[in-house]
Amino acid sequence: MTRHIIPLDIVAKKTSAPAGAGCAAKSCGTDTAGSDLPPEVWAKVKDHPCYSEQAHHYFARMHVAVAPACNIQCNYCNRKYDCANESRPGVTSERLTPEQAVHKVAAVAARMPQLSVVGIAGPGDALADWRHTFETFDLLSRQFPDIKLCLSTNGLALPDHVDRIRELKVDHVTITINMVDPAVGEDIYAWVFYDHRRHTGREAARILHERQIEGLRRLVEAGILVKVNSVLIPGINDAHLAAVNETVRGHGAFLHNIMPLISDPAHGTRFGLDGRRGPTPAELKQLQDHLGGGARLMKHCRQCRADAVGLLGQDLSQDFTMDRVAGMTVEDRPEERRLYREFVERERLDREQAARVAERGLSAAVTVPPLLVAACSRGGGRVNQHFGHAREFQLYEVDGAGIRFVGHRRADHYCQGGHGEEDKLEAVVKALDGVSVLLAAKIGSCPSDRLKAAGITVITDHAYDYIETAVAAVYRSHRAAAAADGQAMAQAS
Amino acid sequence: MAYKISAADCTGCGACEADCPSKAIRMKGDVYAINPDKCTECVGKFDSPQCVAACPANCISHA
Ligand code: SF4
Ligand code: SF4
Repeated sequence: MTRHIIPLDIVAKKTSAPAGAGCAAKSCGTDTAGSDLPPEVWAKVKDHPCYSEQAHHYFARMHVAVAPACNIQCNYCNRKYDCANESRPGVTSERLTPEQAVHKVAAVAARMPQLSVVGIAGPGDALADWRHTFETFDLLSRQFPDIKLCLSTNGLALPDHVDRIRELKVDHVTITINMVDPAVGEDIYAWVFYDHRRHTGREAARILHERQIEGLRRLVEAGILVKVNSVLIPGINDAHLAAVNETVRGHGAFLHNIMPLISDPAHGTRFGLDGRRGPTPAELKQLQDHLGGGARLMKHCRQCRADAVGLLGQDLSQDFTMDRVAGMTVEDRPEERRLYREFVERERLDREQAARVAERGLSAAVTVPPLLVAACSRGGGRVNQHFGHAREFQLYEVDGAGIRFVGHRRADHYCQGGHGEEDKLEAVVKALDGVSVLLAAKIGSCPSDRLKAAGITVITDHAYDYIETAVAAVYRSHRAAAAADGQAMAQAS
Repeated sequence: MAYKISAADCTGCGACEADCPSKAIRMKGDVYAINPDKCTECVGKFDSPQCVAACPANCISHA
């Protein structure tokens, strides 16, 4: 018997649950069941948890850390430590040879039919270390033709490898682009190693910028989907990211993902030592809202590590360390993956329909300001997680115009310093800043009281419903209450 | 003469190995080491020693 690491019951609904709402809501995240995408693009993204907001509820990805070498020095990275910004486990983390990577993928695939994507994101740069990266992809594409391949790069070496990337049928590439102006870039990069020389200062940033844009352009020409990641560094590129957004969009990037700088003096990075802080959740959201019009902004990114395994927001890498994997049987089950995809196809249609129903109920003459709702979810797009198990919360904004997925808040980013349950709870309260309602499958009375004290209404009545159904219901009762208040006030005066 | 890797600081990333024109660099345990008999200091090939310029840990110096 194989143990399924991600239980399929994440999508089991209560039989009495009303038809739910889907993330098919037009304004939700990066895709809308493909309705605004050309079919060939939809085919590429629909099962990719990083490219499709919908898919991230259902599909799992894993990264294999086969590429330790890097060719640039960013001021937010110290190679000795895990780099929170660029998916990079530190040098102490496990490193795999291409053969070990294939064995690990086989072990995970045999236990997780949700696996749809294998990526290489480091721990250095996938293309600085192209030998290891391409050897791994070569082996994987032979053994698992149905699993998609993707890679992340800083872009410096990218123009040299576009042909190979296409030959290997890697159809998704992520480039980290933090600037399109060398004057900004010189504060972000210490040096780049290019054409047999180490370049510094503005010259380094200029070379990197030109290579990034050339790489982006050529990937787009080759029909490969490109996601651009930008690290939001307050005081350095916060005012500049709108220009980055415009440029990368102009060159055909499919998605733009703004990630908050994660900066900690203990990591020994340049920015950490300089005391440069990361943005607050509110600053991040403000920028995303500002860029929202027209740009396909990605809001569900979890900045996962180069050795992450599982659904987004979940990391089972500790269950699949090389020691453990070595002893695992690896009987491949492509049929299970196929069946799972079919199941998701049906589930998605159901959600989509439900979303339309839920949104229809929203528009009404009485409008109240948008409500920010946080949901605890283990996947499947449902409110199906106990508050105590939630490491992150999915945030939805709702008003008369509809339901919009606006991103995640993670509690673990905030609780590194703390110990014990109480500290954790305080960290969660801080992470939920600005949220009015929390949806969970269950919650203990203590945390529930604490959240209430912080002004957050906790609701568990919608356990196992689709998130959008629950959010729409919350909004309707909120609006009804506001209307009743208004009437009472009118009568009193 | 040759260049030398400080084993204590080497992260074992292998960037130097890939760029050495003399195939002088090999993995030794968890880190890399330069074979002094093979290292040419890149003379005649490049302006600067490639391993030094490539090393993200700045842990290669003149022996
Ligand atoms: S100095 Fe040049 S030849 Fe010597 S080890 Fe470094 S890269 Fe190789
Ligand atoms: S480049 Fe530097 S850190 Fe990387 S293996 Fe060579 S000596 Fe070690």
